[in-house]
Amino acid sequence: MPESVLVANRGEIALRVIRTARRLGIRSVAVYSEADAGLPFVAAADESVLIGPAPPARSYLDADAVLAAARQTGARAVHPGYGFLAENAAFAERVIAAGLTWVGPPPAAIGQMGDKISARNLMEAAGVPVSPGSRVPVPDAAAALAEARRIGYPVMIKAAAGGGGIGMSAADGPAQLEAGFETARSRAERFFGSPAILLERFMPAARHVEVQILGRADGAVLALGERDCSVQRRHQKVAEETPSPGVRPALRAAMLAAGARAGEAVGYRGAGTVEFLVDEQAQEFVFLEMNTRLQVEHPVTELVTGLDLVEQQFRIADGEPDTVSEVTVTGHAIELRIYAEDPKRFLPSPGTITAWAQPSGPGVRVDAGYAAGNTVTPFYDPLLAKLCVHGADRAQALDRARAAVAGFVITGPRTNLPFHAELLASAEFSSGAYDTSVIESMRRHT
Amino acid sequence: MSEIRAEMVANVWKVVAAEGDTVSDGDTLVILESMKMEIPVLAESSGTLARLAVAEGDVIQEGDLIAVIQ
Repeated sequence: MPESVLVANRGEIALRVIRTARRLGIRSVAVYSEADAGLPFVAAADESVLIGPAPPARSYLDADAVLAAARQTGARAVHPGYGFLAENAAFAERVIAAGLTWVGPPPAAIGQMGDKISARNLMEAAGVPVSPGSRVPVPDAAAALAEARRIGYPVMIKAAAGGGGIGMSAADGPAQLEAGFETARSRAERFFGSPAILLERFMPAARHVEVQILGRADGAVLALGERDCSVQRRHQKVAEETPSPGVRPALRAAMLAAGARAGEAVGYRGAGTVEFLVDEQAQEFVFLEMNTRLQVEHPVTELVTGLDLVEQQFRIADGEPDTVSEVTVTGHAIELRIYAEDPKRFLPSPGTITAWAQPSGPGVRVDAGYAAGNTVTPFYDPLLAKLCVHGADRAQALDRARAAVAGFVITGPRTNLPFHAELLASAEFSSGAYDTSVIESMRRHT
Repeated sequence: MSEIRAEMVANVWKVVAAEGDTVSDGDTLVILESMKMEIPVLAESSGTLARLAVAEGDVIQEGDLIAVIQ
């Protein structure tokens, strides 16, 4: 186990990593921007270092500032959380070159999976199902039209270096494709520093289901189960659950095997997630992308397996060979992302939190990043907390989720808590028979 | 005359229109960014853009004046 760790992140995930570090006797170092000085993760760490002003490019994305903080505090390891520098292969290389332990996968695996086109090609070669799509970047609108004729409409337009749903759009025909292509390219350039675009066949009534993998230090890759992440707005996840209500046993076995194969193909180590789209009717799946880091929704897997994935990350990064060999899934878990946004249109709502009372009780876990008195600023994502529940079965998990949402009080910024109450009351979500269009379809009825 | 004010705290990402432009109801004037989301600010009436009170890179507060259409 490393003697100390610098957590190169903020908010709920920084706090969550610090919590496990403390339990394992690892000294923790937080880094923070001027906007975040008052947040709980800064106070929770054994030491904290101010690394810059609020804009991410000048603080959490500033590799020099983060590495300087590691030197200054004598931290022996770096945990990147998710987002920011977590999937930056060059940063991982610099951490390792500085003689520190990188609590993440090998930089080469980050690079191979970071480009969506290279990842698709690699997965196809490894025998993982992929949807019809681009094998090389699409340079211009004319090429996009030709490529879409080959793939077949509807198509999804994506940034090859992208993530988080940014710049993604679906096109039913040539006119939409031409318009979407230009938008996607300018966003790709701005957000990800690369204009490379790919097209993929779009599966309209799909479920988004991902497999949690764990690459052990001895090279074995385990699949720890799936998570259903079909509840999305603007292609971004809002709620997740495990097991997926749309995945039958034979499909689950095939998906877990494909997830492990994906990890083996890139020599994966540590925690990672392989995302798939599932056609529930046909019980078929295709590879979407791999996230080479701890996932936001990892707590649902922890709740049903009893594992602490951050502990696993630390042990594997330290070279412990055989940290886990078998997992048993018990019960059902749901995560609800509590965002600072209005519950109808999902528009951002920054502001100062005047009251915060979170639910507790059997099967309830809250990973929060804020507390009363903190200000939610416009500089970062709107995630305030993850409300997670565990039950003996899906019905009990749903009941616990409804009670927990009703008992969660946050005043100041508007939050999507009323949306979660609406979701949990809807026939669509309650029945389990839903796909990525669940938010639109439940609102059509109301 | 109509005043357009900010609905939330945000960063001004892009200024699309310029003072003196003729604008129509629904035209994008400015694109704000908050919490990793782009939010277009639209003209709420047709006319001449008499005043543009923000510049790219500004941080604006809820209620701040963005533009005046005459």
